[in-house]
Amino acid sequence: MDGGVIVVLGISDPWISAAYIGCILAMLLCVVYGIINWNKGDEDEGGQISEEISWHDKEQEMEEKELGLWDEEG
Amino acid sequence: MDLLTLGIVVLIYLLLVLYVGYVAWKRTKSSEDYMVAGRTTHPYIMALSYGATFISTAAIVGFGGVAGVYGMGLLWLTFLNILVGIFIAFVFFGKRTRKMGHNISALTFPEFLSKRFDSRFIQYFSGLVIFVAMPLYAAVVLIGMARFVETTLGLNYNIALITMAVIVAVYVVFGGIRGVMYTDALQGTIMFFGMAFLLIATYWLLGGVVHANQLLSGMASMIPAAASSTGSTGWTSMPILGSPFWWTLVSTLILGVGIGVLSQPQLVVRFMTVKSNKELNRAVLIGGVFIAMMTGTAFIVGALSNVYFMQHSGQIAIQATGGNADTIIPLFIATAMPVWFAYLFMITLLSAAMSTLSAQFHVQGTALGRDIYETLANKTGGSSIMVARAGILIAVLIAVILGFILPANIIAEGTAMWFSLTAVAFLAMYVCALFWKRTTRQGAIAGLVIGTVYTVFSFLFINQKAAAALGISQALTGKVVLITTMPWPVVDPIVIGVPLVFIITIVVSLLTKPPSDEHLDKCFKDVG
Repeated sequence: MDGGVIVVLGISDPWISAAYIGCILAMLLCVVYGIINWNKGDEDEGGQISEEISWHDKEQEMEEKELGLWDEEG
Repeated sequence: MDLLTLGIVVLIYLLLVLYVGYVAWKRTKSSEDYMVAGRTTHPYIMALSYGATFISTAAIVGFGGVAGVYGMGLLWLTFLNILVGIFIAFVFFGKRTRKMGHNISALTFPEFLSKRFDSRFIQYFSGLVIFVAMPLYAAVVLIGMARFVETTLGLNYNIALITMAVIVAVYVVFGGIRGVMYTDALQGTIMFFGMAFLLIATYWLLGGVVHANQLLSGMASMIPAAASSTGSTGWTSMPILGSPFWWTLVSTLILGVGIGVLSQPQLVVRFMTVKSNKELNRAVLIGGVFIAMMTGTAFIVGALSNVYFMQHSGQIAIQATGGNADTIIPLFIATAMPVWFAYLFMITLLSAAMSTLSAQFHVQGTALGRDIYETLANKTGGSSIMVARAGILIAVLIAVILGFILPANIIAEGTAMWFSLTAVAFLAMYVCALFWKRTTRQGAIAGLVIGTVYTVFSFLFINQKAAAALGISQALTGKVVLITTMPWPVVDPIVIGVPLVFIITIVVSLLTKPPSDEHLDKCFKDVG
């Protein structure tokens, strides 16, 4: 306490300390979400693999034909 | 710093980046390899690739310097960067974008929007907006690099700018254009360690977290009169609510970039390259920590640099740099950090700039080649290679020219302008494309066109800083801005623009014929 104002991390304006702590909490949210869902979202929807191959091929084609990249040896 | 040592360090770094890019490309050449690699690709690669593309020298040098002026209130931007730029972007936007992008075979952001709403106009109009406006963003990324070289090496700014442009151009030409995800991830890793060291070293130098923050709080009375008269109250307290200082901090810097990230063309494309939702889930963890370290460090160090400069030169940061916020971070690194770290930080900044610039130039090349030329000329391949390559070349040239002519204190402002424009023009259409089936082509077009016109008009005639810099209002009307009543000259277009465009898109959609079930079924197949 500093003259009736709560000082957090050496910062007396609650709007700033809230931002400081909010950043840490938001980061923790991402960490916790990532851990909980680490192995989820992998369920193989039918045709997903072929669909991805076709998307990738099209993208590759765009890289080659339109940007002229990777066109030397494959 | 010694030029020869720096040259050797940079050369080793560039060779390493090119080598990693080459190996990664060799390994994932065929579709089959791609699937095998894809199923086992570490989410680290995706998350750091996204993060390294998102965070550029503009964020580190530009916004870090701005934090030296505006203080830790800028940490609200870090908060939004993590919550909106990573969590909401990956969990709510990324998964749908990925699936829908695959359903409609979209390869670029304008193409995604165009195919979703079945309108070629959307594709070339969006492509044009990107191609015309993005050089500003690319230019400020280059400026961020050049300012660091100028400050640490004492090199002439113009020479620094050209040198940096040449390095990046060589990198782009030699295959880094797509920012092969592995090289992005390598660059992201370097950035992470560079910034982590900077954060720890700065707090250590100033006596610990609480002590350093207290010292900065104690300096509130030293803010310059010009800042306090416009609403600044210190580096560890928010400006006076509704003051010009507050509006610039909150509407332009925090909201503009914090919200605008959702509709960044070069980032949206990243979602479509992801192989499964699992990868996105995992990437949330890595991305969240990465972004927190990047912008959190830049803003905290930027603000705290005031304490260091006051202790060592008796001046606050902006005075120590002679009034240019863009050189606060470079000067702090050059004077407060050990020499070896200045070299490491150079590599950190090179990484930040190259990963972002390569994505920017790629997006501009495809905007001109695929989105504008092919759509209008109705041709594919062949001549459009030349157009896309010419597009990249023009984009690089414009960025360098802008680097020469743009004034000081421009990095954060320029970045914010680009983010505002993309937020107002694209966000409503993009959100509706993903979440609202009733959206019509007419609704999307109305929002896109009005949003673009509104933002451009605001920057030319309403927003004080932008209008003064561009000078078109002055030339045409004799006044810097058309409306002088506060707070309008300091309100960012995003504040009015985003809600306005949402309303227009929704109202026009409700008044027009809904899209066919067949089209919607195709777009939304297995989505959500």
